[in-house]
Amino acid sequence: MAHLKPVAALREFDLERDSLRSLNLYLHRQALDEGIEQVRVLNPNGAHSIACGLDAPLAVEIHGHVGYYVAGMNKHAAVTVHGNAGPGAAENMMSGRVHVRGFASTAAGASARGGLLIVDGDASLRCGISLKGGDIVVGGSVGSFSAFMAQAGRIVICGEAGDALGDSLYEAVIYVRGPVRSLGADARFEPMSDADRAALKGLLGAAGLAHDPGEFRRVASAKSLYHWNADANQEY
Amino acid sequence: MCGIVGLLLKKPGLRDQLGALMVPMLIGMTERGPDSAGLAVYTEPVPEGEHKLSLYSGAHAVDWPGLLAALKEELTHAQSIAINGNHAVLTTRAEPLKVSAWLAANAPEVAVLSVGHSIDLYKDVGAPAEIARRYHFESLSGTHLVGHTRMATESAVTPAHAHPFTAGRDFCLVHNGSLSNPHLVRKRLEPLGIEFETDNDTEAACRFFEWRLREGDDLETAVEHGFSELDGFYTFLMGTERALLIVRDAFACKPAVIAESDDYVAIASEFRSLAHLPQIAHASLIEPKPEEIYSWHI
Repeated sequence: MAHLKPVAALREFDLERDSLRSLNLYLHRQALDEGIEQVRVLNPNGAHSIACGLDAPLAVEIHGHVGYYVAGMNKHAAVTVHGNAGPGAAENMMSGRVHVRGFASTAAGASARGGLLIVDGDASLRCGISLKGGDIVVGGSVGSFSAFMAQAGRIVICGEAGDALGDSLYEAVIYVRGPVRSLGADARFEPMSDADRAALKGLLGAAGLAHDPGEFRRVASAKSLYHWNADANQEY
Repeated sequence: MCGIVGLLLKKPGLRDQLGALMVPMLIGMTERGPDSAGLAVYTEPVPEGEHKLSLYSGAHAVDWPGLLAALKEELTHAQSIAINGNHAVLTTRAEPLKVSAWLAANAPEVAVLSVGHSIDLYKDVGAPAEIARRYHFESLSGTHLVGHTRMATESAVTPAHAHPFTAGRDFCLVHNGSLSNPHLVRKRLEPLGIEFETDNDTEAACRFFEWRLREGDDLETAVEHGFSELDGFYTFLMGTERALLIVRDAFACKPAVIAESDDYVAIASEFRSLAHLPQIAHASLIEPKPEEIYSWHI
């Protein structure tokens, strides 16, 4: 019966009427069984954990503002929030794409291992904290302590950064366009290479942004914290 | 974890709806604070020379009309009382300190929750929806309000530990977070003659700010002094007779969202408490930045 599968069939959930549990169960199980690839969510009204733990190439469009942990642990799916997101958007994403059209609260993209998180507006404090391989593109500015202990992956900041950007960075790389209030311990500005510019161009393109990669600065780890230094007396 | 809500109505014609607009906001914060809830409502001020005292009797059965009669006999000034279950708002021309002293001596089961010209205060243990129903919050009217739902983390679940906390006249504060130096703050304030009623960290912040106001700070300057004196996590929402103010600590771990329209300023820990406000789709939404002071004056 595969030939009867509707093309880009769409299912709609209205969270004024349908429960959050029924939506997430549908996204986890039934959508695949029914051959549904697109799901539209209306009236999210700030609910938590919408479209969490997806594990299939679904396209989920959420029309409104969402609460904590939207699209957390996302794998394969493309989740778009036509509104603002609460704390922990796309935290621990494994793959896929999460797009917040408004602003994102604290810890957006925290510890993401893969995938791409796009925030059109500002992201709050601790954006990309402990990033483990995902990519994050923020169209606006990020708050303090962003990329704290980020281990792998890339963060693009088209606006400004707050205090302690990239504190205790490992191998993650930050590209920042606007002023940085302060760098964190062991983070430093480095020259942009051709490879950086090419990577940045790809990330900006994926986010639909047309900024000139030449306007960005690269921030990476000075790696002085990679090895214990007894002479530093814990002063970094 | 706790939930905070605040609402200030810009148009006098909307003031009768203050309580009705707020109740879904408060109930929306139930998961953040299921054990207690409270509310400070700022009404039209009483005439010059009068004060309002919000009274609370807890589980004690108090004969409020009898209490008023006894109070009138002792303090001959004109007085009236509006009863709302185990809460009552006493309006009096007597000096509030004298009223409080009389209550302490003659009706020790009655607690004074607030004193001022426009503040009415309600707080109790229980689920927010139950407390809203118990005290008919939907029928409250006024200019602005400060509300809280509590999930206790550092002191007991009692009505006295519920928020809002008040100090002085017409000042109240609610708190989401926890302070790490409330005892130091208290040790600093007590020698100045400032008395504490509980061991709660939020009370220390409330009394600190009220002390700064009495020392001549305006509200914003008082809050700036708090940046260096109060250590810990906080989103504070505070009210005075004329103002509503929100501030978050430098690390901004405790959330907040502000919605502003032509009709209102609405504040909550999370958007889900704002989602059902009228015209919310057209309100401007912001997340308050750390150590930035946001205030509105009526």
